[in-house]
Amino acid sequence: MTQTQRPLRDVAPIAPSRFSRSEVEDFLFYEADLLDAWRLDEWRELFAPDGRYIVPSTDDPDGDPDVHLALINDDEVGRRGRIQRLMSTWAHIENPHSLTRRLVGNVRVWDEQAALPEVGVRCSTIVYRSRPSGTTTYAGQLTYRLRHVDGAFAIVLKRVNLDHHTLRDSGGVLSILI
Amino acid sequence: MNTSISFADLAPEALRIPPRHTRYIRDQRDPNAFLVHRSVFTDPAVLARERETVFEKCWIYAGHASEIPNPGDFVTRQVAGRPVILTRERDQGVRVHFNSCSHRGAEVCRELRGNTRRFRCFYHSWSFDTAGALVAMPDEDAYPAGFDRASHGLAGPAKVDSYCDFIFINLDPRAGSLDDYLAGAKTYLDLTAEQSGNGMVITPGTHEYSMRSNWKLLAENSSDGYHAVSVHKTYLDVQRSRGDDISGDTSTDWKMSRALDLGNGHTVTIKQGPMPRPIARWQPSMGLDTKPIVEESFRRLVELHGEERASLIAKQDFNMLIFPNLVLNNIMANIIRTFYPIEPGLMNVTAWSLAPAGETPEARRVRNEQFLSFLGPAGLATPDDNEALESCQRGYFSRPGEGWSDVSRGMDKDEPANYDELQMRTFWRRWDDLVEELV
Repeated sequence: MTQTQRPLRDVAPIAPSRFSRSEVEDFLFYEADLLDAWRLDEWRELFAPDGRYIVPSTDDPDGDPDVHLALINDDEVGRRGRIQRLMSTWAHIENPHSLTRRLVGNVRVWDEQAALPEVGVRCSTIVYRSRPSGTTTYAGQLTYRLRHVDGAFAIVLKRVNLDHHTLRDSGGVLSILI
Repeated sequence: MNTSISFADLAPEALRIPPRHTRYIRDQRDPNAFLVHRSVFTDPAVLARERETVFEKCWIYAGHASEIPNPGDFVTRQVAGRPVILTRERDQGVRVHFNSCSHRGAEVCRELRGNTRRFRCFYHSWSFDTAGALVAMPDEDAYPAGFDRASHGLAGPAKVDSYCDFIFINLDPRAGSLDDYLAGAKTYLDLTAEQSGNGMVITPGTHEYSMRSNWKLLAENSSDGYHAVSVHKTYLDVQRSRGDDISGDTSTDWKMSRALDLGNGHTVTIKQGPMPRPIARWQPSMGLDTKPIVEESFRRLVELHGEERASLIAKQDFNMLIFPNLVLNNIMANIIRTFYPIEPGLMNVTAWSLAPAGETPEARRVRNEQFLSFLGPAGLATPDDNEALESCQRGYFSRPGEGWSDVSRGMDKDEPANYDELQMRTFWRRWDDLVEELV
């Protein structure tokens, strides 16, 4: 019996995109800076109005979050609420805010469909996260669909597949944005 | 609110229950007071005692029948600290085995879930069928005369039984029946089952997380109405900013409630909360497009059960604790949550979403949105519960073996509410009975 492949692990060569990797990386690095700086409203504005931010459950990495139980499945309303909460001093677990520093690498870019100004992106991230009570690290694979509108990218989809069998002792819970 | 469930225990707690004065619990009268000694949260000897007198004596939730619908289906997990396999046999019977080879002890199944006819240990290839019988092994001839395969099956819990598809195990061969054990909790398991005309199912996707706090703090927290506004203000604020009529009136809304002793340490708090509920309580935050879905859901319940019963099923929120470590909350969605201590200051938590079988994708989406808005380790509420419990635990560790926690809220009342602490006192009295072997 072969082991079930985790999704999005297809490592076949990808046809080059009409957008350069460094253009896409500039966008991803800007996003990483906004998250580390807790400038979350500006982060939210990186999304297209119909954009989704998804973190599947650790045991169900390729589940459809509308039908299966995910950890996060935010549309614009969801992101607004999440950010309103995270910026409040009543978000007790994030008061004070965690110090985070994230690396984004191994970036690969492809054209989603020839007819659409959309690119697919896959990359790896490591997020170092410190709280007064302890430090932890999250690892994950990020998959994006980015729409190119008026000379800039907007996030149509950001899916975070955590490389953790469970959240246990990887921070216990997930209270920051990856 | 609708109170057509009869309350068997209307006698006030302080008259019904005799006082006690033990190592860990002070349950006092004239004046009423209830104190828990904080060593119960930090002392490794207490945890060792709990394993023996609580987790090896009580019926412990192991899983839901919908997780293994077909013969040969299995799931593996830790239950009561033991690695177990839940599987379904060809005769449709549910079996629970310890996931440990009868030969040398290695796990015989290393997958989370699947379908199989055999569990084959990777160490020496001993193979077991779904009934747990040893059916094959390499070089069997080398075993001495008198070696009996039949006595080398997989071990398992002393008892396995289920109620409304909730599967429980018991490690104690002398334990009474699950039916007797569940006592008044059955009423609420029934109400949950009746949300659907064709069964309830676990939604794929499991929340597996941990808290650096004692497991009993989560037993308390899971039905603690008193902390709702202070710990979960951000949730209430977000719902309010989405147009829900829950703030301003937050206090009155959450106060139409009762806390009940269901027997054997089980408790429930019932209320009609302010939160949206996809089964039948539409709120603006759910979006206008979802209103017909929610109304249709309620219409179907009325058809199945009649208006009065449907209201009870759909509109009465409850947070139930089935002693010692199973939580069933019917609030903005149905959550099944169980937890187990790894150390005095560390527990593993596992949670699932329970939904009507055959729910439409639209209704499921609405349910999931509600679930994730509040619940789960990345929700708007649970992370702050985690922080509160870990903060308490840091306090206990800072002066180990010292201090008492006060759990006396609402003790003078004839009808304590969910923001009182009858539910916690009920848990602690049962816990003390078992740990001190008073019963």
